[in-house]
Amino acid sequence: MNVVNEDKLAKSKKRNQSIAFFILGLLGYFIVAILLIILSFIVYKGISVINWSFITQMPEDGMTKGGIYPAIIGTLYLVAGSMLFAFPIGVLAAIYMNEYVKDGVFKKIIKQMTNNLSGVPSIVFGLFGMSLFVNKLGFGDSILAGSLTLGLLALPVVIRTTEEALKAVDNTFRQASIGLGATKWQTTRRVVLPIAFPNIITGLILSVGRVSGETAPILFTVAAYFLPKLPTSIFDQAMALPYHLYVISTSGTNIEESRPIAYGTALVLIIIVLITNLLANALRKYFGRKVKMN
Amino acid sequence: MYKLESKNANVFYGASQALTDINLAIHSHTVTALIGPSGCGKSTYLRLFNRMNDLIDGIKITGQVLIDGQDIYAKGVNVDALRKKTGMVFQKPNPFPKTIFENVAYGLRVNGITDAKFIEERVETSIKQVVLWDEVKDKLKKSAFELSGGQQQRLCIARALAIQPSIILMDEPTSALDPISTAKVEELIHELKAKYTIVVVTHNMQQAGRISDSTAFFYLGELVEYNTTKEIFTNPKNQRTQNYITGRFG
Amino acid sequence: MRTFIKKFSEKFIEGLLMLSSSVTSLTVVLIVFFLFKEGLGVFDKTAVEEGFVIAINKNNSVTELSSEEIKNIYDQKIISWSEVRGKKDSIFLFRLEDISNFYTDEQIGENFELLPLRLSSIVDSFPNIIAFFPEKYLDKNFKGKELHADKVSLSEFFMGEEWFPTAHPSAQLGVKPLILGTLWVSLGAILLALPLGLAAAIYMSEIAKENVRRFMKPLIELLAGIPSVVYGFFGLVIIVPLIQKTFGVAVGETGLAGSIILGIMALPTIITISEDAMRNTPRAMKEASLALGASKWQTIYRVVIPYSISGISAGAILGIGRAIGETMAVLMVTGNAAVIPHSILEPMRTIPATIAAELGEAPYGGLHYKALFALGCILFIITLFINLTVEFVSNRKKFNKH
Repeated sequence: MNVVNEDKLAKSKKRNQSIAFFILGLLGYFIVAILLIILSFIVYKGISVINWSFITQMPEDGMTKGGIYPAIIGTLYLVAGSMLFAFPIGVLAAIYMNEYVKDGVFKKIIKQMTNNLSGVPSIVFGLFGMSLFVNKLGFGDSILAGSLTLGLLALPVVIRTTEEALKAVDNTFRQASIGLGATKWQTTRRVVLPIAFPNIITGLILSVGRVSGETAPILFTVAAYFLPKLPTSIFDQAMALPYHLYVISTSGTNIEESRPIAYGTALVLIIIVLITNLLANALRKYFGRKVKMN
Repeated sequence: MYKLESKNANVFYGASQALTDINLAIHSHTVTALIGPSGCGKSTYLRLFNRMNDLIDGIKITGQVLIDGQDIYAKGVNVDALRKKTGMVFQKPNPFPKTIFENVAYGLRVNGITDAKFIEERVETSIKQVVLWDEVKDKLKKSAFELSGGQQQRLCIARALAIQPSIILMDEPTSALDPISTAKVEELIHELKAKYTIVVVTHNMQQAGRISDSTAFFYLGELVEYNTTKEIFTNPKNQRTQNYITGRFG
Repeated sequence: MRTFIKKFSEKFIEGLLMLSSSVTSLTVVLIVFFLFKEGLGVFDKTAVEEGFVIAINKNNSVTELSSEEIKNIYDQKIISWSEVRGKKDSIFLFRLEDISNFYTDEQIGENFELLPLRLSSIVDSFPNIIAFFPEKYLDKNFKGKELHADKVSLSEFFMGEEWFPTAHPSAQLGVKPLILGTLWVSLGAILLALPLGLAAAIYMSEIAKENVRRFMKPLIELLAGIPSVVYGFFGLVIIVPLIQKTFGVAVGETGLAGSIILGIMALPTIITISEDAMRNTPRAMKEASLALGASKWQTIYRVVIPYSISGISAGAILGIGRAIGETMAVLMVTGNAAVIPHSILEPMRTIPATIAAELGEAPYGGLHYKALFALGCILFIITLFINLTVEFVSNRKKFNKH
């Protein structure tokens, strides 16, 4: 040990550490700065555009004026449609995976497949939705086709969050219920699901956020550049917020003139994400406390 | 002069007090056992001697902790250098995700030693000291995770010895081991006593009785009784000590 | 009876649950089926436009032309038959609209009823001619030689250097520029995102105080939730002009713009996964390092990072995967020029962006349509491969810890 000068060593160690920590901290805050710049830029540019008429009026003058009402409604339909499909199936699938099936090849395959599905790029969902729902099944470009495509995309998310919620339920609850003579389904429905419910809903909210911002899957399954009236059936095309932002910022004849609308639309999209995130976090906290108190 | 000593040592975690006015002195080349029920502060006390508690947010330490008569909490103390004087062994074997050789060489490398021959010799001596050499000499380049739990723990002791500390702090070193591995580690502690001052936190009364010269009984953050192990086990002065070692609570 | 009903309903519910759980597997199977059915169909088609024929003089020794050669002949980049294994003779290019140079409207007939005959004799009278016209004008006793265009070949598809599916008369379906564009943009993204993301992950898990972490973590999660069109839009209005000014390039829509935006988008994946992995490092292992006199920084790079390396690599690979599959943001900022890239400051086009940009205009079931599905197949295989790699890497970690 005496080959090393203690003081010198301590100093160099300290110096290296300070430099490293400084750089790491700098880079960490740099990322925070990027995010804040993106957010504040869009808020700054978009806030003056957003008002009541912006979200309740039809677009006018080649989408350079007026509101984005039909796009909001279209996105609402798509979110509702996709969740109507993905939520029940996803929750049921997660229940089966977590409560029923035993470890084995079958479970492994399904897990693997779900995993693979979650890795499929959204544009591939678009291709698939187009060839199956739009062409093969003949739904045409429609809310139905778009919702199903988005629903499939959201399915792995719903399954994963539900599974996590179910896993978090202590096994003693199940044993207690089974011990009282309840069947597996009774146990699941009356004991496990109520306890896991808040976390399942959190997952649902997060997937709503995800689905509402997806563009690639709806490009060829539902999205319309411009529609003069609202959709009236699930076989109608619809406008949607993310697609609307895409078209008015990249194509069309009046890109410059429709910029304010684009900022407003971007802000609405960010607000949706913000709300879903905050809601999910708040729910998690609120119910987390409640469960602990019980 | 005592090897290790604490004078009115207090430790606070935020508002709660973990240790209250601990006065204790330990001679060199002895084995001291710290016993007491969970949460009594014995681990916290052990970690005072290598300032491992410093890492915890919101901790406050008052009083004096001395090694070789020097206050290690005084201003300007080089904490890294202090930690080199003390080796530490943990509850569970915790080898690094490195080869067997690199695990033992680690302490040397982080302390700026680059002489390959020196490191090689020191690694070999250290592994021999823990009687592991014959078992691992052919697989020094293999991952340390390939060793059994007992071997891993002895490797961790070798790792601590490689930086040539004068003190070894052990925090329930056998709690995760099988009886045979435990016996080997205990035997090792006995042999190491000749060269080192050893402080062992243990849950196991019999172990304290087997390996230690002195025993300190902690309860609710206080040092209840400190005496030779023989006295503590045969003739405890304090009722609480007696209750604990006879198994009335724990 | 009651127990029977109870038992039956239990079984029924279990069946329903099982059915639901198989939906994802079914979807993957269906995706593979539809994608590959349409995508592989591209190799059953000829690159020459459907319903058209390419004809040459019957004495011409040339028997086949690749789609690239056909295109180059029509672009007049190939001007002699000797360049395509024929005689040393210049090529006489004949398009249908050139017919008026040879015959008057009367000679063709009011309803083009004489057109097949005229075409036949034109092809017959010029030994160096190549003619391209609709199949319906092919005379029954055609005196020329019809060239049968080959089906699109694998090597043409993967090695072809030009992507121009609407080229006339012969589509160019070389995916090389698209694959290279995808790789360049993704590689650039990961080069930017990996150091940044790792640094942030280390900072958050090992250095930052708890309250700083509690502020950063939700922000990063928010970053993950922002839709890709919003990133694309931001890139379009901020990054693109910035690049144009900074580097003095003609257009700011470049591979670099794509890399920057994709890099930002890949950050949350990299940070979250590697931070998780680092936080999983046992406390005792860090303490053991500190107890040996290592500084906190030495502990981080000598113990924490090696311990969590498989998690960190999983994060990096998943980040790459996200970058490769990302569509909208890239579509909006990279400029989408389907040429083989030479510099990151050129417009580039990725596979997903190509699909998104062109599928709307590709006629259902046609060559172009199928070619885009073939691109989808490539994308699917790449991402599947990445997914499996991630799993392999994470499983290796489990093995390490027995």
